[in-house]
Amino acid sequence: MATTVPQINVGDDYREKYGFFDPEKFVFKAKRGLNEDIVREISFMKGEPEWMTKMRLRSLDIFRKKPMPEWGADLSVIDFENIFYFLKSTEDQSKSWDDVPDDIKKTFDRLGVPEAERKFLAGVSAQYESEVVYHSLHEELSKKGVIFLDTDSALREHPEIFKEYFGTVIPPGDNKFSALNTAVWSGGSFIYVPKGVSVDIPLQAYFRINAENMGQFERTLIICDEGSFVHYIEGCTAPIYTTDSLHSAVVEIIVKKGARCRYTTIQNWSTNVFNLVTKRAVAYQDATMEWVDGNLGSQITMKYPSVYLMEPGAKGDVLSIAFAGKGQHQDAGGKMVHVAPHTTSTITSKSISKAGGRTSYRGLIKVHKGAHDVKSFVKCDALLLDDESISDTYPYIECDENDVNIGHEATVSKVSDEQLFYLMSRGIPLVEAETMIVNGFIEPFTKELPLEYAIELNRLIQLEMEGSVG
Amino acid sequence: MADFEIRDLRVSVEGREILKGVTLDVDRGQVHAVMGPNGSGKSTLSQALMGHPAYEVTGGQVRFKGVNVLELAPDERARMGMYLAFQYPTVVPGITMANFLRTALNAKRGYDGKDKSKAIKPKEFRAMLKDSMHTLRMDDSFLSRYINDGFSGGEKKRAEILQMAVLKPEIAILDETDSGLDIDSIKYVSEAVNALRGPDLGVLIITHYTRILEHVRPDFVHVLVDGRIVRSGGPEVADLLETTGYAEWGVKEEPVAAGIEEA
Repeated sequence: MATTVPQINVGDDYREKYGFFDPEKFVFKAKRGLNEDIVREISFMKGEPEWMTKMRLRSLDIFRKKPMPEWGADLSVIDFENIFYFLKSTEDQSKSWDDVPDDIKKTFDRLGVPEAERKFLAGVSAQYESEVVYHSLHEELSKKGVIFLDTDSALREHPEIFKEYFGTVIPPGDNKFSALNTAVWSGGSFIYVPKGVSVDIPLQAYFRINAENMGQFERTLIICDEGSFVHYIEGCTAPIYTTDSLHSAVVEIIVKKGARCRYTTIQNWSTNVFNLVTKRAVAYQDATMEWVDGNLGSQITMKYPSVYLMEPGAKGDVLSIAFAGKGQHQDAGGKMVHVAPHTTSTITSKSISKAGGRTSYRGLIKVHKGAHDVKSFVKCDALLLDDESISDTYPYIECDENDVNIGHEATVSKVSDEQLFYLMSRGIPLVEAETMIVNGFIEPFTKELPLEYAIELNRLIQLEMEGSVG
Repeated sequence: MADFEIRDLRVSVEGREILKGVTLDVDRGQVHAVMGPNGSGKSTLSQALMGHPAYEVTGGQVRFKGVNVLELAPDERARMGMYLAFQYPTVVPGITMANFLRTALNAKRGYDGKDKSKAIKPKEFRAMLKDSMHTLRMDDSFLSRYINDGFSGGEKKRAEILQMAVLKPEIAILDETDSGLDIDSIKYVSEAVNALRGPDLGVLIITHYTRILEHVRPDFVHVLVDGRIVRSGGPEVADLLETTGYAEWGVKEEPVAAGIEEA
């Protein structure tokens, strides 16, 4: 039998599955708004070392001084004073599933966390509110020296390695939102894979916002030591809320000589969330960094996973999809910075716009002087489902070297009447036919996902498509 | 009353009338051939019968099992038991033939994602494909390829007949199924069509050439010229066309028996 992704209809229980929310149960809830006292309080509550407190305060200062970006999506509506910057929903990290409080467990049951774990999880780091409440790490990984913790715990338990790398790939001053994140970060994942260790099973974390007006500022740091391999997966679903929410994460990855890291994201924030994420990796000699990035939800997403190719043989890949429905703007893409010669990169971007939604591809290929024998290929395909939807492309190339091979290919297409007629002539109803065409369009992305995620993504697409009727 | 009745069908494309009143009855168990020169309206007939949105029906009726199908969407017509084998099957990237066939079959069985008992079981599905694929000389790798993507002309046409075998229609319209086929492919396709022939299936073969009719013998032959059926009769009409072509109706063209087209 062919390897196909089953089409499963989950239309009716979507709200039940993704839109529910449990009564908020907080041990501590900070006030709305942002000032030095709040930042100090966050750091104090977490019992952080002084250097981190100082770094947070310095970052707050940078955040205040930096202007809002004037390119990309319209961010003027974000009210930073109306956001909670820190919540903690249970007092301590839970060591095993039994210790997880019942209401939180219920949330994860509906999300399928335990089931996923039974199947193939090596470790689950599930973020609920601002902090990780449940965490388990497979014994074998532990024996191999792999560290997989929430970022707060990692700071406490592995301070040296943490301090060595934290903020080195994305310094606070990189952009306004990386400064904000560094000031108020909470939660996220920390992974260290020692030399030569290959983690065969994807490491996963489930993220979730469950408090109105609560910003999520998780901070992820992954270090792949020489010759190691890890695949990290984050999947996000969010409850439906009426007021605006801000998600501003920072992900830093260091891929050392001969190592490979894959980072897979499926993001489906509710459509009032501003999703402004800075993701960057540095890849050293013969190292490979792969970003697999899917953006479906949110009101506005601005996200451009990037790879700095620091030494010969380094390779960077970005494979992304974006789906923008009514009132959504997905401004996504990728960035490849060729610092060293003999480095290669590819960016493949697929976007779908419907019901007036807008997708933008924004990408940069930068080649430093002396980085000869560089190969880079960018391919962006946009699919428009109707006449009111919008797609635009902003491909930037900055090249200071002659001996390079850079290619760019872009297509914009519509779901064709011929394809719809063909599928419908076989008895397949209109919406299902449209869904098939869209799922077919993003298949190059879907096939890179673990099966569970591929099914989930196809379901989400189906739900989005069903919403387009009438 | 015939199972499938076309009554004075008039169809326009981009405001130009192509079919100028076509009347035709097909009963299950019968094979009809509609033959005509280029530009006579053959493809318009097949597309309009299946409900392509670009073909505007300006008059007449098409009744299938007593229902005026012109009021139905293409998928509804298909689920009622109509089938069109396309002259130019459409490419749909990213969807495997297996997925496509299963989705179409499940749609026909009334499976809407909820009542699992209506969905085809994998084993049953597999068995269903096996014989037809053998007759059509198609191997398993075909099922994991994307819909018509990178298919040769012959593969596309064979795939159309495989879909027909899976969906088991009551009225099948074969639009130029023999065009672009090599001799072997014509043989396999014809064998498969003949295997599907029976009291429950009515077939309407639309063709320019007589080649396929040598393998799939029609019970009735109709000649379509300039949007009208100008002659109807038995298989002897096809034999006549093979020697005289459409000259009788003022159409100058190559002999009808030829017709090895580009693949």
